[in-house]
Amino acid sequence: MAAPTTQSVPLKGKKGIYTKREDGRKFTDVRPMTAKVGIVPSADGSASFSTGKTKAIAVVRGPRTLHPQHMQNARTGILRVSYGMMPFSVEDRIRPGPNRRAEEIGKVTEWALSSVVDLSGFPNTVVDVFVQIPQADAGTRVAGINAAALALAHAGIPMKEMVSAIGVGKIDKTLVVDLDKFEDSEFHDAEGSTDIPIVLTSRKKEIALLQLDGKISVEEFKAVIELGKVACDDILKVQMDALKNAGDCKNG
Amino acid sequence: MISRKLYKPIFDKITIREKIGCQWASRTHYRLSRTNNKMAEKRQIVVPGETIVSGNEFLPGDGAYRDGEEVVANRYGIANIFEKHVRVVPVSGAYYPKRGNTIIGTIVDITFNGWLIDFGGAQNAFLPVAEVPRYVNKNEMAEFLNFGETVIVKVWDVKSRGVDVSMKMRGYGKIEGGMIVSVGSNQVPRIIGREGSMVRMIKDATGCDVTVGQNGKVWISGKDTDMEVAAKKIVEFIGCNVLVAGLTENVEKMIKEMGLKTDDVEVVSEDTDK
Repeated sequence: MAAPTTQSVPLKGKKGIYTKREDGRKFTDVRPMTAKVGIVPSADGSASFSTGKTKAIAVVRGPRTLHPQHMQNARTGILRVSYGMMPFSVEDRIRPGPNRRAEEIGKVTEWALSSVVDLSGFPNTVVDVFVQIPQADAGTRVAGINAAALALAHAGIPMKEMVSAIGVGKIDKTLVVDLDKFEDSEFHDAEGSTDIPIVLTSRKKEIALLQLDGKISVEEFKAVIELGKVACDDILKVQMDALKNAGDCKNG
Repeated sequence: MISRKLYKPIFDKITIREKIGCQWASRTHYRLSRTNNKMAEKRQIVVPGETIVSGNEFLPGDGAYRDGEEVVANRYGIANIFEKHVRVVPVSGAYYPKRGNTIIGTIVDITFNGWLIDFGGAQNAFLPVAEVPRYVNKNEMAEFLNFGETVIVKVWDVKSRGVDVSMKMRGYGKIEGGMIVSVGSNQVPRIIGREGSMVRMIKDATGCDVTVGQNGKVWISGKDTDMEVAAKKIVEFIGCNVLVAGLTENVEKMIKEMGLKTDDVEVVSEDTDK
């Protein structure tokens, strides 16, 4: 990853210093996406989703009996998401195993997906979703949520609607869609970078998850949501395509 | 747009019904038409949250719900509209037991009045002592069915808390010998074939007894292992090619290539193919 293109002082009252993206994308462009379901034949449902260099795979197992028994809910099944980055997913090795960040992302993914998944038909059971990131270039939680939604649908879990997720942000004074690693965490000039993961439901276009890391004004924030909605439509198309063109061969 | 394609087989069905001359479709005819609908070439795969049809006259069934005017898919599968009744038939995912299903499972626990059977579903199935074909002393239950033994049972009742099964009818009981092949539960209809045609073909070709559990487990039992392995290969082939058009011809070809004849073995028992 190259160093920031310019080191000049912020231009007050002007457009801002971030005028061009490194990979030549427009500010509203999403990185090239691919999605596939059924990548793990032995699971009940599985999917992979990638945007640019970020790749996520998700595997669903269940509904199955939940142990320990005291965690069971007699009214409904529960959703349990675990998220993890593989040790080789970034240049510096990541220590394998759960950490604070992975735990948090697993939880927010769980909350985002719980708003569409309906497990009331399977009391005392659990649906396990395992999200793994084999390659990371920012936006891993949204890629993970996209993959998890696909895998849940592929597992035949009742869902009111699908969800699609996108990271939108602000680099200096420019609003950008689908941040890569440089934009997300290596841009420190001027106003720096702000990152806002958005999860949108497919039918009612409701927000299932909204996080904010950085500073942003109210007007800009509203614009970010609109950008996210547009981008989520593109992502939904990719997801629908993957599900509709899946051969239902489970055994390879 | 969606409904056009799906409408066609429905009209076909109505014609069938009129030919038979009954005013209301009886249970058998309903089953018949459902089979026809499954065989329809144009299949519309729907995604959760996708509108299947619009209109207040349609009734959402399994895998669908109503949102205002529209009937929306609740899960991923093939949309199926039969006389205003909208269903989504799953194409992937775990097995959900239904009453009347035949399932093959393993004994995982023995309680004071029955056995618990793991059949690959969300919960274990319960087989009460009263639902086995002979008297079993409650102190010696393990002598009739022990841990790890495999049984063919019929789903008697599906409650939210679990599944009750029975083995009191013919063709059900403990499995001894043979081999078990696992395929997805969604591939089962193709392995059975229309009115059991596919499974009959495998039986005829290999001389093996083939029992298909709706939970995706297939029990193959024959006189010699070679034939069992041949039957296993055919079953796995079908499981991998469920979406391929002309599957029956491909299976026939495969049987010929394996050096088996399709009509030299007489089928002895027919009662286990359902």
